[in-house]
Amino acid sequence: MRWPGAQVFAAVAGVLSPAAGAAAELGDAEAGKLVFEKCKGCHQVGEGAESRIGPHLNGVFGRKAAGLEGFNYSKSLERAGNSGLEWHADTLSAYVENPRSFASGTRMSFPGLKDPQDRANVIAYLRKFSDNPRDIPEADPTAKGTDHSVDPGILAIQGDPEYGAYLSSECTTCHQIEGGDEGIPSIVFWPDEDFIIAMHAYKEKQRPHPVMQMIAGRLSNEEIAALAAYFKNPE
Amino acid sequence: MTLNRRTFLGTAGAVAAGLSAPAVLAQGKPRVVVVGGGAGGATAARYIAKDSKGEIDVTLIEPSRTYYTCFFSNLYLGGFQELSGIAHSYGTLAAGYGINVIHDWATGVDPDARTVSLAGGGFLPYDKLILSPGIDFVDGAVEGWDVSAQNKMPHAYKAGSQTELLKAQIMAMPEGGTFAMVAPPNPYRCPPGPYERVSMVAHVLKARNPAAKIIVADPKPKFSKMALFQEGWANHYEGMVDWIGEDFGGGNVSVDPDAMTVTIDGEETKVDVCNVIPAMKAGRIAEMAGVTDGNWAPVNAADMSSKANPDIYVLGDASQQGDMPKSGFSANSQAKVCANAVRGALTGSKVFPAKFSNTCWSLIGTNDGVKVGATYEATPEKIAKVDGFISQTGEDADLRKATYEESIGWYAGITSDMFG
Repeated sequence: MRWPGAQVFAAVAGVLSPAAGAAAELGDAEAGKLVFEKCKGCHQVGEGAESRIGPHLNGVFGRKAAGLEGFNYSKSLERAGNSGLEWHADTLSAYVENPRSFASGTRMSFPGLKDPQDRANVIAYLRKFSDNPRDIPEADPTAKGTDHSVDPGILAIQGDPEYGAYLSSECTTCHQIEGGDEGIPSIVFWPDEDFIIAMHAYKEKQRPHPVMQMIAGRLSNEEIAALAAYFKNPE
Repeated sequence: MTLNRRTFLGTAGAVAAGLSAPAVLAQGKPRVVVVGGGAGGATAARYIAKDSKGEIDVTLIEPSRTYYTCFFSNLYLGGFQELSGIAHSYGTLAAGYGINVIHDWATGVDPDARTVSLAGGGFLPYDKLILSPGIDFVDGAVEGWDVSAQNKMPHAYKAGSQTELLKAQIMAMPEGGTFAMVAPPNPYRCPPGPYERVSMVAHVLKARNPAAKIIVADPKPKFSKMALFQEGWANHYEGMVDWIGEDFGGGNVSVDPDAMTVTIDGEETKVDVCNVIPAMKAGRIAEMAGVTDGNWAPVNAADMSSKANPDIYVLGDASQQGDMPKSGFSANSQAKVCANAVRGALTGSKVFPAKFSNTCWSLIGTNDGVKVGATYEATPEKIAKVDGFISQTGEDADLRKATYEESIGWYAGITSDMFG
């Protein structure tokens, strides 16, 4: 049910040639670095890259979908991986073009890169950080930590997940607990630090959005920490 | 039920609150009965069942097997939604959450025996009763109209067959015909609703019947998001909408459903469609339960309990709570506060302070969405507004489109929050 993508995947795999064929279409990695700016809010790549809202993308080539140990993927993507989906230039391109049409239940809140050249470029860029092929490694680390001015004391607050569960009911009127994200982004399975930074950015009106500024505006530091503790792994 | 049992329950609740230990009830699981399966009732039933993990027996009484949300029903009128897109069933609440869903009418409440009677016969005992019956119409509110005229002059303010009928009438309007709306006085369900509806009707008519006219007779001098709607009507549907407010006699209205005429401030007009949205009051069961004062049911802001009866809670449109608008979003927000309090009272679970919020999105034309919202807190007197915002006139098209897309996301969110 959550993976009508099985057919989509089969269709994609059938139409596109395997990775070797697609390699010829690889784009310009330098230009791809600029395209990757759109991805950096959630994904890190390069030396020291870590999984944050999205998985880190080191070594993504040849990796099975949802294959990174310890990252909490959507069921949809897990099923895709278990059905044999691997990340190569062609499959990455199909996924990045329209993530939700490719894997309907994915938590990747991204409308997609519609320009084939952009996709080819960013895939060429990502390819530099995979062992296969081997023209990698000494690239500079590209992903910076999120810029923020949140006091370390606030980040260190241990949130009460039970209180967070209660408070979360205000969020789930709009943000689906199942992780759907049409029109309104998914907020489940975020690393708690990212969640806290984002909420404080709304509270301080650094991030624009009237509803979120209003909601975050009256949450205390403890309440934000409680929400972060809950949404890290809402069960 | 005897006085003794109630006394026992009260004591158990007090002990539980003091020690934060679950109350052990002598006679099996505590029972919650919820009347009304909309944004208030379905949400409350789901949250109590989900969070009590089987410790509370939850029954939901709702006459309709298929529930059509009132929110987004205007988008169906405008052709932006299918009717099936706003239809929901109770299958997941029953199968996934163990809620006992009964499709029947609640016909009475005995607050002493603590039972609810059903049209199909029988009584349901409760420890806590949650009423979320939505609205009914005030008799005689619009001269010439009563509920028996609803097939000629639909209200379409409870979604479903009425909405379908109104849409069919709009589609059948003769070229250059007239659509009239009699708008309701405050307070009523969904403050921007009549004006979003005007926008959606105008959208349809502009495409298929551009010479048609829309007249709105309104007993109010101003309305929700007025500047935004009037700007949108001028931009999208210039010259089509004639809004007659209180200052121009919009409150002095009578209708004749047989002759299909509307008389506004003494001037009779022959119309092709007439959407009468009368003055509203709490759904009838609230009055039967003895919790209304006038048209609505006053509640305590901290937990949505009735001011007349501590074992009865009233959610959503039917409640008189203070500053929140009567909206599906408000009912959903109130339901979660109520669910937390009811669970605490029955099982000793932690009760957290009440927090309420509301946002109402409206669609004016294709990709032209606007919104208004606020946060609220519980004070001893009422639910009081804390902070709010509203879309601005003159916003650029991208922002309006994003606002519309956000409303679609919200619809998916709230309906899964209600129905699982």
